[in-house]
Amino acid sequence: MPERDPTRPAVPESRTVPKHVGRNWAIWLVPIVAALAGVWVAVTRIMSEGPTITLRFDTAEGLEAGKTKIHYNGVEVGTIDTIRLSDDHQSVVTTAQMAPKTEDFLVEGTQFWVVKARISGANVSGLGTLLSGSYIGMEIGTSKKAQRDFTALKNPPIVTGDVPGRFFLLTTPSLGSLDQGTPIYFRQLKVGEVASYELAKDGHALTIKVFVNAPYDQYVNPDTRFWNASGIDVSLGANGLDVRTQSLLSILIGGIAFETPPNEPALPPAEANTTYTLFDSRSEAFKLPPRDPQPYLLVFDESVRGLTAGAPVEFRGIPIGEVVSIEAQLDAKTFKFSAPVTIDLDAQRLGVHLENLPPGADLKTLRKELIDRLVAGGVRAQLRSGNILTGAQYVSFDIFPDADPVTVDWSKSPVRLPTIPGDLETLEARVNKIIKKIDELPLKEIGQDVRKAIVELDKTLAATRTTLDNADKLIRPDSLLGAELGSTLDEVKRAARGLRVLADYLERHPEALIRGKTGDSK
Amino acid sequence: MSAAATTALEMGLMTCEACGLLSQPAAGEHEGRCPRCDEHVHFRKPDSINRTWAFLIGAAICYVPANLLPVLKTTTAQGTDTDTILQGVVLLWSPTGWPLSILVLIASIMIPSAKILALAYLLIGVQRGAKTGQRQRVRMFRIVQFIGRWSMVDVFVDTFTAALVQLQPLMSIEPASGLFFFAAVVVLTMLAVESFDPRLIWDTSLEPAALPMEARHA
Repeated sequence: MPERDPTRPAVPESRTVPKHVGRNWAIWLVPIVAALAGVWVAVTRIMSEGPTITLRFDTAEGLEAGKTKIHYNGVEVGTIDTIRLSDDHQSVVTTAQMAPKTEDFLVEGTQFWVVKARISGANVSGLGTLLSGSYIGMEIGTSKKAQRDFTALKNPPIVTGDVPGRFFLLTTPSLGSLDQGTPIYFRQLKVGEVASYELAKDGHALTIKVFVNAPYDQYVNPDTRFWNASGIDVSLGANGLDVRTQSLLSILIGGIAFETPPNEPALPPAEANTTYTLFDSRSEAFKLPPRDPQPYLLVFDESVRGLTAGAPVEFRGIPIGEVVSIEAQLDAKTFKFSAPVTIDLDAQRLGVHLENLPPGADLKTLRKELIDRLVAGGVRAQLRSGNILTGAQYVSFDIFPDADPVTVDWSKSPVRLPTIPGDLETLEARVNKIIKKIDELPLKEIGQDVRKAIVELDKTLAATRTTLDNADKLIRPDSLLGAELGSTLDEVKRAARGLRVLADYLERHPEALIRGKTGDSK
Repeated sequence: MSAAATTALEMGLMTCEACGLLSQPAAGEHEGRCPRCDEHVHFRKPDSINRTWAFLIGAAICYVPANLLPVLKTTTAQGTDTDTILQGVVLLWSPTGWPLSILVLIASIMIPSAKILALAYLLIGVQRGAKTGQRQRVRMFRIVQFIGRWSMVDVFVDTFTAALVQLQPLMSIEPASGLFFFAAVVVLTMLAVESFDPRLIWDTSLEPAALPMEARHA
């Protein structure tokens, strides 16, 4: 306390109070509390951080660092932190900060994919992402092995979770209008979806993976036929127009249908991942499979227009094979043109069951005998018009007992079978013949004769007219003949009346014939 | 006659901080209360340097989470987004919006840190008994004091936004944990400024012999 200066003016004294015992250390609670709060926040932040994972995408479209969330069953479980290109610039590498306690999820087999709005014919999904932007969906794997580096799927998996059902594989030469999510129909009931498809390694075919939901998967057995049900299947048969479709939806977006032919006894359900052929249509799917197709050669001298590879080969309307290829052949010497057509012929379709061979018999010999006998019996191949509108032709075998006898040469391969000109050609030949005959008629002479005859006829007609005139004069009512004829007829009428009176009298008095007419007593 | 020689402290006088009355403690007694308004009177703010340091260190500690933690939590249909102050600055940075971005950067990041640094500098100067540049230091203190009253603007803006933007379920904004630390920074720096006694800057010159002549003509 400084000394008081006696020279300064009087200043009031402050009111004395007991010295306040300062707890000066208390003020240091402020930074301590601040530090504790900071540490607490830091600790909770660190505690709330889950594992960091790496996700690889083909494209970062729709992804945003710090914004895009990872959802599992609608629960947010993580956020994309960083997005960068991979070292080879081919893909996108992102890191994601996962929520705490998600370690169990991040195992081998866990799948990630980008959820976007998808509008396909079959379904609309992810509409929410239109407003909210894309997010990443995930599906937890079943493995226990931890994994932190994942490659995201290109498309969301069709079947997530433990949806009961089974996968089957279909092979097809082309995809057509099928796509992921294309419905599978069983008796026009939607029972599954196309899960994925991939090109076979050799590039010759596609393998489509389809998922059939339980309980419908039990209707798939080893004999089940799958066919492409896209569009409308119209067939014009003897019973009229037959239109088959699966549903309006399948007409628009395509679909796959399957059906199992009734089997006796019923076959057990097929194993999962059984491979089937995807047929183009139902009729094709249920066509009898060829049992013993053999190539044969048919040489036609006529036009093969309208005949295509795949055209049916029939025997009296029964399909026994199909056309494989059509070529052209020109004989340089004779300048004769012919068309060698290769066909696959399944002789067994004729009802000959060659598989039930008697022991010791050779299938080849039997087949040869059969063909030889058929040809000897007059069986010949012929081109016939199958459709008047399109001009499509098919090969028909029929029996022509009058055909020239031919022997089959079995030394060549494929064996050549005899042919005879087809319906059209025969018809054409006949018409030609008729036209030729018409050409040969002596039309000029005939014309002159006809003219002569007409002149004669003219004269005859004039004579006839004179005769008729005369007759007319005779029978005219005012003619003499007419008057006389009238009086004559009157006489005849009176005579007839007298006769009737006589007849009446005689009827009543038959005795008058003998006694003569007596005086009437009355 | 030197100016330094006539400080109230040297003459044993105190000013009441509430009513401005000059008084002196009774002989042999402590500072006591103002005879007019009964407010505590002191020669100097009690324990000023300690208190200022305590508040300042508290503010400095809070400054770290205030900038690292998000201050706003925006919930939109897109999901929930949190933004720290720096993210806000980055977000605002655009060819047309850069002045706003700079404003936020200065008001929310640079000024609080400048306040903390300036007060620390003043405290160190007082503790080391620096006898030069007192006028500059006092001017610095006045600026800090002046700015202090505007520091809460950020907090106000945030709370207003949070209160106004409640368009459930389309959009809502909530203050996030960073905002509490930011508010703590502002409050603590204001308390630090309040507890600092600028007269201490001049007290280093109390030994008249040691004072440079130019400093005496205040």
